[in-house]
Amino acid sequence: MSDLTKFTIAEAREKLRAKEFSSLELTDAYLAAIDAANPSLNAYVAVTHDKAREMAGASDKRLAAGEGGALEGIPLGIKDLFATEGVHTQAGSHILDGFKPRYESTVTSNLWADGAVMLGKLNMDEFAMGSSNETSYYGPVTNPWRAKDDNKALVPGGSSGGSAAAVAGWLCAAATATDTGGSIRQPAALTGTVGVKPTYGRCSRWGIVAFASSLDQAGPIARDVRDAAIMMKSMASVDPKDTTSVEREVPDYEAALGQSVKGLKIGIPQEYRIDGMPDEIEKLWQRGIDWMKDAGAEIVDISLPHTKYALPAYYIVAPAEASSNLARYDGVRYGLRVPGKDIIDMYEKSRAAGFGREVKRRVMIGTYVLSAGYYDAYYLKAQKVRALIKKDFEDVFADGIDAILTPATPSAAFGIADQDMSADPVKMYLNDIFTVTVNMAGLPGIAVPAGLDAKGLPLGLQLIGRPFDEEMLFRTGHVIEQAAGRFQPDKWW
Amino acid sequence: MSVDIATVKRVARLARIAVDEADAERMTGELNAILGFVEQLNEVDVSGVEPMTSVTPMEMKKRQDAVTDGGKAADIVANAPATEENFFLVPKVVE
Repeated sequence: MSDLTKFTIAEAREKLRAKEFSSLELTDAYLAAIDAANPSLNAYVAVTHDKAREMAGASDKRLAAGEGGALEGIPLGIKDLFATEGVHTQAGSHILDGFKPRYESTVTSNLWADGAVMLGKLNMDEFAMGSSNETSYYGPVTNPWRAKDDNKALVPGGSSGGSAAAVAGWLCAAATATDTGGSIRQPAALTGTVGVKPTYGRCSRWGIVAFASSLDQAGPIARDVRDAAIMMKSMASVDPKDTTSVEREVPDYEAALGQSVKGLKIGIPQEYRIDGMPDEIEKLWQRGIDWMKDAGAEIVDISLPHTKYALPAYYIVAPAEASSNLARYDGVRYGLRVPGKDIIDMYEKSRAAGFGREVKRRVMIGTYVLSAGYYDAYYLKAQKVRALIKKDFEDVFADGIDAILTPATPSAAFGIADQDMSADPVKMYLNDIFTVTVNMAGLPGIAVPAGLDAKGLPLGLQLIGRPFDEEMLFRTGHVIEQAAGRFQPDKWW
Repeated sequence: MSVDIATVKRVARLARIAVDEADAERMTGELNAILGFVEQLNEVDVSGVEPMTSVTPMEMKKRQDAVTDGGKAADIVANAPATEENFFLVPKVVE
């Protein structure tokens, strides 16, 4: 039975409708896989066995009656950042100890309404702040991928490390994730999976624990481009509960797959050719360019002059918004409380005990750049630079560019507890150098597996589209996937 | 710009995070590394540039000014560490 977990959503959906197996059988196969793998991979922080079986049973009834939604009976993993009613929701943080919301996020509500089954909650960097999943209160996630002839444990990337590892390791058919600076696309690239960061405003943020509200977007991590398109269709919606949700009908993303890219203009930004870029990444990028050319697309060299400033501007804007959003964790309304001699002492002790090092670091930076006398020099300046970054993209799209092709990450997966990265926070931040521009400009981006490095580890390419043109990403991403093939780790766990 | 340990302690106070001497010292180094990194923004000429205030150019959606939800006091306090009769309990604030 265990090979039921190897089916993509598209395959499982057909087989469920054809009654080749039931959702309960499929769900049990996943639950057994999780129970066996989680001690090694640590991808799940909570497994909802009973709820999963109950949801699968209800799906089987609907399937038997010839009914059911687009994801009927498909078992999914949910990033711990999404509020799930009555179920563990702690954003990978100690400060949300015991939090079980009394409401359901819009994105997960959409998935359940389409018939999906929840397997449990997935590990992540604390409050989505990290690029390796090592800042989680629940410990690091181990990447299902290992280098050839090497048993060293590697990170799956972050912050959606649990989501990426669970999808790559066959512990869910697909997963929800969120992306503030690269948290969907970077882990997808490091695990050989497909990750989509939609346009800001496409998926509702309601019920998602807030990190940086002007940058956060929910999106899927899936085994292939088609599954990502299927997930997107369900996750995206127009939501009156989110004032930044954009009034725009959700298209049938799957229909974009297989459409020709002949004559499309694919932009190659010169500024992404960074100093010290590994030769392997350079070659991967060139391969991607060749694939697009072979498929009939026109390759156009473009310039996005403010690229270099996206990451430093991000490290002002994101911590500033985080310091404000995380002010709510005060030991009063939910989660951890550490007693103090008065209320201020209680706040300070609760937050000191409840937040991990990276979160404290970012709250401190955010508090500093927003504090009296520094606002103009830092925050206002960063928001002006952000306007310039956005304009760079607007200019190339106005010139007729349909999508932009770049590498997804500057390297393959690195080791857990990497010395260099733990010594210097900025080194870790550089992981997001190719992805963060997209969040700053509010654009959609997709990471698609494109090859393996010399050590046998997956590498990804990124495509960036115009606002609300996710269809273009599925269309062009599918071309990369067709040319590159799919990549799976050897099971060792 | 760089911060000294006294500034770090002041910021920690503003952020309501208790720090001891060792924390403050470590954070001073970390914060200065990040502030040093963001310093490169000074190279950018932003004269005449309007700061970005909204990601998508759209008018903010407004809902009708009417009560559409409520009566959920028990749900609201359900996750609180200390409550009494649907009130949050905090240490004494007023003498």
